[in-house]
Amino acid sequence: MNMELVMQALEVMWKGMLSIFTVIIILTILVYVLNKILKD
Amino acid sequence: MDFLISGITSITPQQIVMYVIGAVLIWLAISKDLEPVLLLPLGFGAILVNLPDSGVLNQTLEGIGETNGIIQWLFDVGIEASEAMPILLFIGIGAMIDFGPLLSNPKLFLFGAAAQFGIFAAILVAVFLGFDLKDAASIGIIGAADGPTSILVSQVLGSNYVGPIAVVAYSYMALVPIIQPVVIRLLTTKKERCIHMEYKAVNVSRKAKIIFPIVVTFVAGLVAPMSVSLVGFLMFGNLLRECGVLNNLSDAAQNILSNLVSLLLGITVAFSMRAESFVNPQTLLIMVIGLAAFIFDTAAGVLFAKLLNLFTKEKVNPMIGAAGISAFPMAARVVQRMALKEDPSNVLIMQATGTNVSGQIASVVAGGVILSVVSSIL
Repeated sequence: MNMELVMQALEVMWKGMLSIFTVIIILTILVYVLNKILKD
Repeated sequence: MDFLISGITSITPQQIVMYVIGAVLIWLAISKDLEPVLLLPLGFGAILVNLPDSGVLNQTLEGIGETNGIIQWLFDVGIEASEAMPILLFIGIGAMIDFGPLLSNPKLFLFGAAAQFGIFAAILVAVFLGFDLKDAASIGIIGAADGPTSILVSQVLGSNYVGPIAVVAYSYMALVPIIQPVVIRLLTTKKERCIHMEYKAVNVSRKAKIIFPIVVTFVAGLVAPMSVSLVGFLMFGNLLRECGVLNNLSDAAQNILSNLVSLLLGITVAFSMRAESFVNPQTLLIMVIGLAAFIFDTAAGVLFAKLLNLFTKEKVNPMIGAAGISAFPMAARVVQRMALKEDPSNVLIMQATGTNVSGQIASVVAGGVILSVVSSIL
């Protein structure tokens, strides 16, 4: 088994999940803020 | 008289396998109603591109020279050159989505993120099974449970398996009602499945619904720039829906555009189902890894919900986590059906729908993130 490839896959995993959670957590906070400040 | 039978005599055993696969896809689409919008054109296309010297592919004719085939041209222009078809489809999808249930309960966003774990677990499995990083990432994206994203990512990464990936992605999306309940039952107790979640209907303002797609595009674009084409077109479609002044365009995107692109997308992707690139052991491996991706997605969503329950006073029904995959609205329906089966008074449809649309955003972000991260490594 190619260990370098496995390490690259693990790098894709942690960077990928971190990026997705970063985007989603920022969006979650922004939506809370939007709901607070914007009323019809 | 050889010219009359030369077509029959030049059929290869691999092409016969593709005729059978094409017929099975058409049968699944018609008789079982499994993702017919894509599987029927794919099935018919699989037959078209595998007829010997098929005129739908570019051919070199004696005395005439090169001739263009329509399916190969559609693939070159609509997918290979710009990924236009899957991206245009996102305008229609965005115009169809109501983010209201998610906006009224923003914490549901988190489950959409957690349920993308299957993509990365599948990439690891694919690497263990001998695929290189580009192909492993392309196969892993099946776990996005999002057909157009799978086609786009595998095409941009230059995978050799665009055809099998598209077929597997759409097939498993159709099988969500069979795959997910098994995983959910294995990971939850009856008591957990019976947890009620109070739905607090928060009135989401029209301004918030209009600003939301713009905000998502900015945030996703700044963190994962490669996701802009996917997220941007999805959110453009949603802005058409929510702005209130372009109802005709919104209707056109939801109906005419999405139907037209879907019609052409299936038969175009069939270009990558030529026998020489489809009939091989790797296709079977891709089917296994794709199934693993859906299982990991579901498990990650459920386990994330259980983890949250350790720290929060207001308990979440862990089944909600499973709705975080992008397959819409199947995943939300699965959760609602299971909740009602355990306790007929337990209505989770709004929370499940909110989580499900969160999964749609997270899956396109995941597609862009994979393109960015993989390209930075290679």
